[in-house]
Amino acid sequence: MDHADLKSGRLAPDDYARNFSDAHPPLNRSQALIEAERCYYCYAAPCQTACPTGIDIPAFIQRVAQDNVRGAAEAILTANPLGGMCARVCPTEVLCEQACVRNTHETKPVEIGMLQRYAVEGFMASPAKPLFERAPATGRRVAVVGAGPAGLAAAHGLARRGHEVTLFDAAPKLGGLNEYGLATYKVAGGFAQREIDWLLSIGGITPKLNCRLGRDITLDGLLAAHDAVFLGLGLAGVNALGIAEPQLPGLRNAVDFIAELRQSAPEIVPVGRKVVVIGGGMTAVDAAVQSRLLGAEQVTMVYRRGPDGLSASTHEQHWAQTNGVTIRCWARPLSVEAAGGVLRGMRFAATRLEGGKLVDTGEQFFLEADMVLRAIGQTYPAEPAGSAIELQGGRIKTDEHYRTSVDRVWAGGDCRFGGRDLTVEAVEHGKRAAESIHARLTEAAHG
Amino acid sequence: MADLSTNFLGIKSPNPFWLASAPPTDKEVNVRRAFEAGWGGVVWKTLGEDPPVVNVNGPRYATLWSQDRRVIGFNNIELISDRPLQVNLDEIRRVKRDFPDRAMIVSLMVPVNEESWKNILARVADTGADGVELNFGCPHGMSERGMGSAVGQVPEYIQQVTEWCKQHTKLPVIVKLTPNITDVRYPARAAKNGGADAVSLINTINSVMGVDLDRMTMSPVTDGLGSHGGYCGPAVKPIALNMVAEIARDTATAGLPISGIGGITTWRDAAEFIAMGCGTVQVCTAAMVYGFKIVQDLCSGLSNFMDEKGYASLADFQGRAVPTVKNWNQLNLNYVEKAVIHQDSCIKCGRCHVVCEDTSHQAIFATKNGQRHFEVNDAECVGCNLCVSICPVPGTITMRALQPGETDARTGRVIDGSYANWTTHPNNPMRSGCV
Repeated sequence: MDHADLKSGRLAPDDYARNFSDAHPPLNRSQALIEAERCYYCYAAPCQTACPTGIDIPAFIQRVAQDNVRGAAEAILTANPLGGMCARVCPTEVLCEQACVRNTHETKPVEIGMLQRYAVEGFMASPAKPLFERAPATGRRVAVVGAGPAGLAAAHGLARRGHEVTLFDAAPKLGGLNEYGLATYKVAGGFAQREIDWLLSIGGITPKLNCRLGRDITLDGLLAAHDAVFLGLGLAGVNALGIAEPQLPGLRNAVDFIAELRQSAPEIVPVGRKVVVIGGGMTAVDAAVQSRLLGAEQVTMVYRRGPDGLSASTHEQHWAQTNGVTIRCWARPLSVEAAGGVLRGMRFAATRLEGGKLVDTGEQFFLEADMVLRAIGQTYPAEPAGSAIELQGGRIKTDEHYRTSVDRVWAGGDCRFGGRDLTVEAVEHGKRAAESIHARLTEAAHG
Repeated sequence: MADLSTNFLGIKSPNPFWLASAPPTDKEVNVRRAFEAGWGGVVWKTLGEDPPVVNVNGPRYATLWSQDRRVIGFNNIELISDRPLQVNLDEIRRVKRDFPDRAMIVSLMVPVNEESWKNILARVADTGADGVELNFGCPHGMSERGMGSAVGQVPEYIQQVTEWCKQHTKLPVIVKLTPNITDVRYPARAAKNGGADAVSLINTINSVMGVDLDRMTMSPVTDGLGSHGGYCGPAVKPIALNMVAEIARDTATAGLPISGIGGITTWRDAAEFIAMGCGTVQVCTAAMVYGFKIVQDLCSGLSNFMDEKGYASLADFQGRAVPTVKNWNQLNLNYVEKAVIHQDSCIKCGRCHVVCEDTSHQAIFATKNGQRHFEVNDAECVGCNLCVSICPVPGTITMRALQPGETDARTGRVIDGSYANWTTHPNNPMRSGCV
């Protein structure tokens, strides 16, 4: 064969609808009431402590149990304006549900994530009057750069307090990773945009799309026209494999593949017959599983360290394996193999730990592939925001109030140093930064 | 294996589980199914004079549920049998003939005049039934017509009607009491004075199950209007058990046979009523929730319990708990318990802490060395049992009695093992010996 087996439309039309629908259907009312009743309404609840946004989980679950969906949504969205998306994508098994006291004598914590989804989506289906009232306009203007979870949370927090927010994003749609970076089956039903519609309904937020920092706007320009700037830039760079990577059809970034799937009908997205995904995180799982769901016959996730190092949660690993993805640990990419401009596969070196260092064992193996997806992490490119911003570990350094080294500039989300790259953490950063910005702006007003 | 058979007023049944007079015992088809399933006896749904009463054709039942839809409480507005008297009597005769080993009691309710009672008693005796139960308890509908609980609320009426019945039938007479009174001892004494062979209690409790907040009507309603119903089910068991205990320990009625009724759902409930003095127990709601087969589970549980405890027959433990029911003024005020939280099974939900902090005696610590850890502070604990009651993990919080020689950290008093109650307490201005 002189071309890679890389094509779309591998499946029957019905298969696509099934494969890319909701992976975990929402709870119905009776399921939700029964599950809510399992909550013990703990004092100083460990689940609440474990939630990066500090949602009062016992309160919202009690309200679900009392059939007060609006009240439950209010408890959630007060602490986390993107509580709907977090309910779908949070690795709850390492956050709230891991802390559930039910784990002590049972293996099954209260399904907090599913209940949260029930509450938020139930509320958003018929919101009636707004949950939050916008404070009187302050006349203060804040630029929020990046409309992902951090930027959206910051924008909402600022708009609620009466500030005028301009929300910039380089992409043609708001949402950042919520819109472009998550597997389709996690956010079925156009939820990302429905959530954003609700969030913008607070008023006072003006989106500016297709507007890239460093190209269409500059930090200095924003500072000149606004009282404060929040940077929620995410991680726009993708790590290279560190080997020769020839330009080949089929060799691409997992994030681009995932974004293409979110923005297109799945039946027109090409996928290889044999796919190799390099990496061990959530992005790798989202890309690997969706490759299978598009009809790839063999999908292998290859990770250079052992299973303990996989950053994809246990739940995600099981999800991948259930969907027929093979997870191979202890192997690092050696070379991309191609013939006549056609991708043939990848050669790997087997690895092991020796005295705490990862070394090659001397064994090598070859995996045939028509498509290879890079998912070994993303990076923060510093140039767009400018060199004045001090970095730490390659990302933006902030203090505990999310203030950067540049006066009147705050930052949060994955572009900020010190987090775990979780959606829910990004929301918390945006929320806290909005509080800090508000304190600064009101202090200035009084001063 | 334990012997579950009972002999109540000379009426024998293979087990103490009788179906109470209620919808499950309304018709031959129901009662046959009940006996086939293993019920020891039935109290046939209350018979009245012809023409029969008429029931509503809207909701007759309503329910109080737990969140997971377990039935906690149940209420009904169904009246006595709405079928012709002779139809019922014929069916009773047939069923009794086919199940001679089962108890067949017939519940009765007719107006308060001697002739009415005399007539119906004669017709019941003719069926071969084993006994009658006088329904002085039904709290809805019939009471408006001067029957049911309208009789049961006036001790003089109870005594009068009981006397008539004893005069006009040889069958054992059981008087069924209403809980819708202030002191159940008075109607029980009246029944005994009238010659009743036994009392059965409790009948259902006046209740309104709820309000429909959309329609702003009480709930349930028949064409927009509702009426209070009789409340029963697991929620009423403690009320029933108290009333049984009051009669069992009242010197005026002590020894009067009792058929216990009120929320009996499990073998354990039944055993408790028997330990409180009952000779048989009557069940309705549990059957209406689960069907008749539940009697097999009740028998199994009761039998295994008795085997485990070494009780060969029900008489071996019947009434054993009665002497422990006293007036408050007999309780030992020198006795001290403290709650103990068992750390090996504590799941650290912290509910004990917050409820003690908010609503009781601030006697449970929430941290230890900066860690989440729940432990009783003996210096504040009054032994109230709230933490035990609300702890979600069985056996994780228990009460421990301080032993003689130990010091109560709250009061500084050394426990000496002596008994002293309120009647002699120095704080009691009415104490005996008080000048």
